[in-house]
Amino acid sequence: MTKQVHKQVHLAAHFPGVNNTTVWSDPAAGSHIEFESFRRFAQAAERGKFDFMFLAEGLRLREQNGAIYDLDVVGRPDTFTVLAAVAAVTEHLGLAGTINSTFNEPYEVAREFATLDHLSGGRAAWNVVTSWDAFTGENFRRGGFLPQDQRYERARTFLATAMELLDSWRGDEIVADKETGEFLRTPTPGRFAHSDAHFDISGQFDVPRSPQGRPVVFQAGDSDEGREFAASGADAIFSRHGTKEAGQAFYADVKGRLAKYGRTPEELLILPAATFVVADTDAEAAELAAEVRKQQVSGQTALRKLEEVWNRDLSGYDPDGPLPEVDPLVGENTVAKGRASVRMNRDPLAVAVAWREQAEAKGLSIRELMIEVSSRQNFIGSPATVADQIDDLVQSDASDGFILVPHITPGGLDVFVDTVVPLLQERGVHRTDYTGTTLRDHLGLAPLGGTA
Amino acid sequence: MPTPLHLAVALDGAGWHPAAWREPDARPTELLTPGYWVDLVTEAERGLLDLVTFEDAFALQSGDRWAPDERTDQVRGRLDAVQVAARVAPLTRSIGLVPTAVVTHTEPFHLSKAIATLDFVSTGRAGVRVRVGALPAEAAHIGRRQLPDLRELDPADPVAQAGLRELFDEAADWVEVLRRLWDSWEDGAEVRDVATGRFVDVGKLHYVDFAGPHFSVRGPSITPRPPQGQPLVAALAHQAVPYELVGRSADLGFVTPTDAADAARILAEIRTAQAAAGRAEETVHVLGDLVVFLDEDEATARSRKDRLDERAGSEYTSDAAVFVGTPSGLADLVADWTQAGLSGLRLRPATLPHDLRQVTTALVPELQRRGLFRTAYEASTLRGLLGLPRPANRYAAV
Repeated sequence: MTKQVHKQVHLAAHFPGVNNTTVWSDPAAGSHIEFESFRRFAQAAERGKFDFMFLAEGLRLREQNGAIYDLDVVGRPDTFTVLAAVAAVTEHLGLAGTINSTFNEPYEVAREFATLDHLSGGRAAWNVVTSWDAFTGENFRRGGFLPQDQRYERARTFLATAMELLDSWRGDEIVADKETGEFLRTPTPGRFAHSDAHFDISGQFDVPRSPQGRPVVFQAGDSDEGREFAASGADAIFSRHGTKEAGQAFYADVKGRLAKYGRTPEELLILPAATFVVADTDAEAAELAAEVRKQQVSGQTALRKLEEVWNRDLSGYDPDGPLPEVDPLVGENTVAKGRASVRMNRDPLAVAVAWREQAEAKGLSIRELMIEVSSRQNFIGSPATVADQIDDLVQSDASDGFILVPHITPGGLDVFVDTVVPLLQERGVHRTDYTGTTLRDHLGLAPLGGTA
Repeated sequence: MPTPLHLAVALDGAGWHPAAWREPDARPTELLTPGYWVDLVTEAERGLLDLVTFEDAFALQSGDRWAPDERTDQVRGRLDAVQVAARVAPLTRSIGLVPTAVVTHTEPFHLSKAIATLDFVSTGRAGVRVRVGALPAEAAHIGRRQLPDLRELDPADPVAQAGLRELFDEAADWVEVLRRLWDSWEDGAEVRDVATGRFVDVGKLHYVDFAGPHFSVRGPSITPRPPQGQPLVAALAHQAVPYELVGRSADLGFVTPTDAADAARILAEIRTAQAAAGRAEETVHVLGDLVVFLDEDEATARSRKDRLDERAGSEYTSDAAVFVGTPSGLADLVADWTQAGLSGLRLRPATLPHDLRQVTTALVPELQRRGLFRTAYEASTLRGLLGLPRPANRYAAV
């Protein structure tokens, strides 16, 4: 197969939420909850001809040391409700929501996504996540949690069940002929019956087939199981691998898994999340980026982030002093609750050794070290530099594009849209206008017909 | 000064008559498109109505009250009501938006944040109509539990009564959790204190710690307290057990009297339930539901209903009373029912948009001529329109 000379760069925008990426203390930061912020953010993304906007989810407020975590943005709106409202103030932008498969039922999630797809004219996307902790479960009827080995099993069957429901209407059932009085072509549209270890449901689905047939399916998750899950059926995968080498390795690995499911590399897009700092010159951008890092990691934030690994209350330590001499407490993390990042440091003692070495070698304080190890600034530079970097990563198969996370709500996307996007358009690697109406169109995915 | 009259319109499909979709101005192929709903709500707003409600269920519509049917001559299929309301919200300014939520099969945590978010996106115009989902078909779609087929039982049967009571007790718990979660953030909890680095004052966030037979919820909400503090909670009630739900849990009840005297009787039952729940001092509005066929003269309205009935194959009946006549005649009825103590009416247009337009362009001007209805929106929130205060937060330190 001949390689396309210019791959198109897919761009999406993540509304910056509760992580410390978001600099709420900046005078330019606005509300993260009022609709005006979502409207402005979405319209900026649409002005930049982005594929979609994306909302994350978190169903319990984070806690640390037995208190609600108060240093980052706290609170967010309901995903479906915001996306349905955003559909009213945009025309083309895809609307992607993270919805977990643990504290919902397939029937309600299927009807929510079918509804969103109808109300947006075919722009809905579902980022399927698995959530299993008992901490979050305390807010729900189902309560409890899933053992780790059942996470993907439930996610898989949940997704499969939801798809069965969404496919239960073929798309040609509604006739609505006023003359003959025939509204439906068939007396039992949407009929389904599904039974497995997790779900035993039957009846008739009540939302007729939507413009895309089903939402575009995104998946995040980096484990072997997660990659396999994505390869088997997702349309796009969110990754964390923003650098060239790691990105290329991930890209090759995941795309290589597609063939055994009878899928081609174009059927699964790799879209890492990425932050950016853009200024007039590279030097100014570097300076601004350092400023932003300091805003993101205050002394208090540095201590709290260290606690996620140390699993101890470190509030007595000086963030401008050296790392604690005590070792992390090994075992279930009881200090930081409701944080995905806690699970990433599975061997806290090894992390502590590595961080101590790094701090000693460079003479870093706690805060300086945390700024360094938690740095997630992918693109820093002038508009031309950032456009170069993005284009290079996409053309060299480190990704198919990026999900951009600005550090300011809601105006942080503007500088990218107004300065970097035109450069990508000049290169012919980003659309100058939408050519289709649905999110599947924007992503270059083949339309799904009815299942008739 | 007379008590202000409140008017609502209940939106469902092509209208409440099963043959409504065949009318010349009906848009049966657009019932799942946003433009259809925007047009209807915009029309209702033009008529200065207090609010619109959006019907919903976790099952396909059916001509049979208790079970799915296999009819092909009526509208089937619908959208999630909360999202329809949200889709309409940014394109309207003043009218209240009250979607239906099926409490029996949903998580109060999810709906609490959804309705709070609807309040944010509509800047203070959100409500929710809680609906008990008693249909076995709905339960089978969720798979969490089985419900008895109440159709098989005499409504007076103790098993049926106990089943009904359990479902409504659960609904009351559901509303209690909803309200606690809305209060779980105090106003002003978001402090953005740059000096200390604190985004929120955790002293103003509260665990709700609800525990009941069907679910427990720890809280706090993930969504801050919405603009109205407490969005409006509404419920439709036809008999004693649901009247109690209105009395103990709702801000607004929809009831189905046959006439003014019946309205007074129902109202007394609700006031008794309200007092029993210790809420005698609170305003609980009660609106009478009425299906309306409206035309310039009564004969036209009657022949239109006859034509629709003929197309449907049977005479239309409803849980609510059916009015067939002129906007002026309806204005008389509105005056009569509100004399009996109702706060106003929730009109169910038999056909859309025809009967809705009769409401906005003929009934409303007639009521205005009589000095019974507002001539402009005088508040920017739904609570404001209904003359309800913004509630204090139960968790806030005095």
